[in-house]
Amino acid sequence: MTNKRIVLTFPSRLVGQPITTHLVKEYDLMLNILRANVTPNEEGRMVLELSGPKKSVEEGIDYLKNLGISVEPLSRDIKWQSEKCTHCTACIPACPSGAMSVDRETWEVSFDRDRCIACELCIGVCPFNALEIQF
Amino acid sequence: MKTIQEINEKIRTGKAVVVTAEEIIDIVAEKGLKKAAREVDVVTTGTFGPMCSSGAYFNIGHSKPRIKIGGGTCTLNDIPCYTGYAAVDILLGATAMADHDPRNSVYPGEFRYGGAHVIEELVAGKSVRLQAEAYGTDCYPRKSLDTLIELKDMNEAVLFNPRNCYQNYNVAVNLSDKIIYTYMGTLRPRIGNANYCSAGQLSPLMNDPLYKTIGIGTRIFLGGGVGYIAWQGTQHNPGVARLENGVPRFPAGTLAVIGDLKQMNSQWLKGASFTGYGVTLTVGIGIPIPLLNEEIAACTAVRDDQIVAQIVDYSEGYPQIIPGSLGEVTYAELKTGSITVQGKKVPTGGISSYKCAREIAAELKAWIQGGKFLLSDSVAPLPSADSGVKCKLLNERPFKKKK
Ligand code: SF4
Ligand code: SF4
Repeated sequence: MTNKRIVLTFPSRLVGQPITTHLVKEYDLMLNILRANVTPNEEGRMVLELSGPKKSVEEGIDYLKNLGISVEPLSRDIKWQSEKCTHCTACIPACPSGAMSVDRETWEVSFDRDRCIACELCIGVCPFNALEIQF
Repeated sequence: MKTIQEINEKIRTGKAVVVTAEEIIDIVAEKGLKKAAREVDVVTTGTFGPMCSSGAYFNIGHSKPRIKIGGGTCTLNDIPCYTGYAAVDILLGATAMADHDPRNSVYPGEFRYGGAHVIEELVAGKSVRLQAEAYGTDCYPRKSLDTLIELKDMNEAVLFNPRNCYQNYNVAVNLSDKIIYTYMGTLRPRIGNANYCSAGQLSPLMNDPLYKTIGIGTRIFLGGGVGYIAWQGTQHNPGVARLENGVPRFPAGTLAVIGDLKQMNSQWLKGASFTGYGVTLTVGIGIPIPLLNEEIAACTAVRDDQIVAQIVDYSEGYPQIIPGSLGEVTYAELKTGSITVQGKKVPTGGISSYKCAREIAAELKAWIQGGKFLLSDSVAPLPSADSGVKCKLLNERPFKKKK
């Protein structure tokens, strides 16, 4: 099994096409849409996590490329250094994916890497430099 | 009715009943005010938030031969210090920054390092680089100094913050169409988020809203060590509108605090960087409140849903000093994670850490229970709501050069 996080940029003519369904059915892949930004008549962008056998993942990516979609690996990773975090919650409203969240009983902030879409919106927001981009 | 002396006697013998400002809420609800006031001796509060008006002064010890830094220049890790005192007394402000930090020159600026970070590093036991230049005199011949120094080498290292512990604060939003960078954090356009900064029901001055027990000379938890309230803080503004429970609806009282930096702990004294704004020091403060009577007990039982704050626009309203609030919300509402502003649901974020405020109140409670922290009588009260003390705007009188 392989896990691959990719960033898709696709032309407007493909918006509304059942591409993701096709990936699931024909290539037997599990899809996790981490982030999608699609506006009609414009380019669409989507951050996807593909999981499945290595060969299927590769074939799925080829299929996307053949459709005219640009496929790039999600190369940036966000690191949360818990020892620097003061649990102030300043990053909570900045994070669109819910990767940064706070338990409203304990007031403890935590980071869920699997939900992070590496949008970097939280980076400048943290006063304690607890959030970093890793290349 | 109890006295501070009686409570201290109980603390010495390990018999004092000490609870936090959160715990007293349920105790009063269950047992009633009368019983709670009789049974509980001390309520501990806490707050951990950015407090820009902070700084420390140091006596670094005399070099051989002597140097008179007073009137010269001095930096600690490139951050400029104030040198307008005697030979080897220097002062470092939390918001001070290096003259040229490339990280700050690209808009909006990162402000990753400043005076507050030097203070944090010193408290953590690290060595910093001290550079000084002086003009040299007969009695102080040396003209320059470039040495590593750490806290334990210094004679005195004193945290002295002219304004900390704001009693209540604004909820900041941005009504404009572009992102803005403020000391209340990054505010996204069109009310994209609402940031608040108070520990609410745990915050020291929210639990003694009319300063009945907290006064000049009160012994406190400061940055993980023991400190004292030195004076009312700058911009102390006790006369604002208040709720029936005495809680101010606007930013009101402030405290000037002082304490031995050598005793402090960098866990509770941290440099903070606000993108596009600057550097500040996040200070942990905990203040004990002796439950001398029912009236004081009632104040400490205040809950987040009984404390309100004003929503203020930081794109224009705040910088241009246009009076007016976009609405009033309770801390209970703010803490749900979203509030409604102008009909829009807006996510909220904190600037002050409630989790740390809780830990500070718990630590101070443990100190008192362990008999190592006694309460002090204040030597003079802080100006209260009826004092006439007010925070004024600058009366500008533009200077005209004589012809
Ligand atoms: S980069 Fe930051 S803001 Fe964006 S999803 Fe990840 S944690 Fe959230
Ligand atoms: S902004 Fe930084 S310090 Fe505050 S909760 Fe988020 S990661 Fe922690």
